[in-house]
Amino acid sequence: MRSDIILSGVGGQGILSIAAVIGQAAISAGLHMKQSEVHGMSQRGGDVQSHLRISDKEIFSDLVPHGGADMILSVEPMESLRYLPWLSKQGWIITNSQPFVNIPNYPDAKAVIAEIEKQPKHIIVNADELAKAAGNSRGMNMVMAGAASLFIDIPQEKMEGAIEFLFGRKGPEIVKTNIAAFRAGREFAEKKRG
Amino acid sequence: MAKEKMMLMGDEAIAQGAIDAGVSGFYAYPGTPSTEIMEYAQHSKDAAALNIHRQWSANEKTAMESALGMSYCGKRAMVSMKHVGLNVAADPFVNSGVTGANGGIIVVAADDPSMHSSQDEQDSRILAKFALLPIFEPANQQEAYDMAFAGFELSEKYKTPVMLRLTTRLAHSRAGVAQKSRLSQKELKLPENKRQFVLLPGIARKQYKTLVANQAKFMEEAEKSPFNRYIDGKDKSRGIIACGLAYNYLMENYPDGCPHPVIKLCQYPVPKKMVEKLVNETKEILVLEDGQPMVEEALRGLLDRDVKVKGRITGELPRDGELNPLFVRRALGMADICGQPAPAIVAGRPPAFCVGCGHIDAYNAIKQVVTEGYGDGHVFADIGCYTLAALPPFEVVNSCVDMGASITMAKGAADAGLFPACAVIGDSTFCHSGMTGLLDCVIENANVVIFILDNSATAMTGGQDSHATGRLSEICKGLGVDEKHIRIVTPLKKNHDEMVQVIKEEIEHKGVSVIIPTRECIQTLGKKNKKGGE
Ligand SMILES: Cc1ncc(C[n+]2csc(CCOP(=O)(O)OP(=O)(O)O)c2C)c(N)n1
Ligand code: SF4
Repeated sequence: MRSDIILSGVGGQGILSIAAVIGQAAISAGLHMKQSEVHGMSQRGGDVQSHLRISDKEIFSDLVPHGGADMILSVEPMESLRYLPWLSKQGWIITNSQPFVNIPNYPDAKAVIAEIEKQPKHIIVNADELAKAAGNSRGMNMVMAGAASLFIDIPQEKMEGAIEFLFGRKGPEIVKTNIAAFRAGREFAEKKRG
Repeated sequence: MAKEKMMLMGDEAIAQGAIDAGVSGFYAYPGTPSTEIMEYAQHSKDAAALNIHRQWSANEKTAMESALGMSYCGKRAMVSMKHVGLNVAADPFVNSGVTGANGGIIVVAADDPSMHSSQDEQDSRILAKFALLPIFEPANQQEAYDMAFAGFELSEKYKTPVMLRLTTRLAHSRAGVAQKSRLSQKELKLPENKRQFVLLPGIARKQYKTLVANQAKFMEEAEKSPFNRYIDGKDKSRGIIACGLAYNYLMENYPDGCPHPVIKLCQYPVPKKMVEKLVNETKEILVLEDGQPMVEEALRGLLDRDVKVKGRITGELPRDGELNPLFVRRALGMADICGQPAPAIVAGRPPAFCVGCGHIDAYNAIKQVVTEGYGDGHVFADIGCYTLAALPPFEVVNSCVDMGASITMAKGAADAGLFPACAVIGDSTFCHSGMTGLLDCVIENANVVIFILDNSATAMTGGQDSHATGRLSEICKGLGVDEKHIRIVTPLKKNHDEMVQVIKEEIEHKGVSVIIPTRECIQTLGKKNKKGGE
């Protein structure tokens, strides 16, 4: 089994919590994992990415090779397009539909969505709204993790176990709403994939 | 039962390795991508229980010197910094080769090829070579951990500091790391030779000869190091030397094993016998190394006659920037694999000030008085979040060179007749390297206006504490700045007119003025409030 994922978003949106959940689940499933992230300058509202690699064999490069990603998982629509050079021909784009506008020249939001829809395999989800509906207005990242989880060969219990492991410290209520958000994302992706 | 692997970033693996190898003190000044070494040590329950020193120093030089003091006492010390920090620490670093160590000392230099968060992409291996010191360069997180053990051991065996060099990619990438059993800390034991650390010429000359003589031994260590490996291959048309992380990019492109003989090179000096064997057995050598072409240049030599060497200098790899699997693929002569280009609609998203940041209010006032009043070209800035005012919408600042250079460049410009000559420096940067420059200004009563932006944090690198907090105006007074011209303002929108007035007055003052806009970084403030609420 192998899953090479590019996580993307804007500094401050918290993409690393998604990496933590999927990564932790991979570990508990006994898989190899490498995850590289960006710190420093670009965390100030710039574009950020994280490369997450999971495999049942030894992983060498910390970076996903160009054209090798099975998935671009983005918490922001325009950012999902930035990493197309990394996406493999059969790869999925899974992105939040809600733009994060912190630059004056942000493109027309509809045009961004249209570009994503040109990709043969894509899932566009209003993760902010699904999170709210799940009773967790700050659970957008967990919705995205849930949507992505459908395409990663790790059992759902392991994923939810990882959420429990990572958020347990913050109390059962936080765990519960995060898992609710995760499930909402997964269900949405299931429907879309058909 | 074997303990479960820990998921650690390269930086964290180094820190955990040092803790398990019996380190007694971490010393550092923040700097991407090295910051997480100290942060990990600070959050480590083990380190707390073991009473290991783990506080920030004022700058890399003071950190290096404190580590040397701990080594003098026979204890193990780790000092970490980003590559440009090693320039600041270069004086004690290079001289530490001559003093040698007592307790083991590892200098971690985290390089930043591609300048993700840096002013340059210098290769710290070259500085270690300059200082004649052994270098460890991990290929992965496990080696980063193991090298803390090996590094201290080698350091004590030859009584020499060693360098552990890594680059951004490994520093900030996580993987599973298996822990070894913990060694206890060393007892306090002064050097047998109580003049070992006295670099008077007579002593230094003698010790330098020892350091030079040790080079052959360091080489021997590299020849037999478990981190260096000669991996044979059938296809002798090419031999490959893959340094540190580059080994991974090589293997990524040969999932079923590399057909060519390979040297995985992770401990220096470059092991001559190993390389000789590779050169004898293969037609040409391809060198894969992140950073500057140090190994490639050494192999090629000045005359470039005998050995056919390819790499960054010959253009097989780009001359600058970080390596990645694709660049290595091209160097290996394989066809590109690449997805589609990003569509034109994707706009750049440069980093920017956080909404509500006090620097914004300070710059609004500076821009109105200085840039709009006297034209572009009067504001020397420094390194930190506030450097972002070089970009739109501000475009106010005219320099960012090295930590502390704002004050001294403004002084030089004032000396040259520029009026007004302003400096903008952060509180942490001021304590790092600004104070001495301010003293220069005071001594000559230079006509400068210095803004020290006090946000109670070292914000750019993630909001570490700042040595300046609560001390800035006292420091300025102590250095001799006239109290009447130390002006504290609160950078808020509602205080804009007041700030404008203060700046105008201080520009009119012929002499040293210090204006200190004081308001905490909203990121660190947010974190504190969150903690308080939990
Ligand atoms: C010699 C050196 N050490 C460390 C760094 C990394 N660095 C860049 S900015 C910065 C912190 C600046 O803090 P401060 O001056 O308080 O400004 P702020 O970011 O808080 O606005 C550091 C440590 C560097 N660039 N050069
Ligand atoms: S991190 Fe702090 S100092 Fe830096 S831009 Fe944000 S608020 Fe300003």
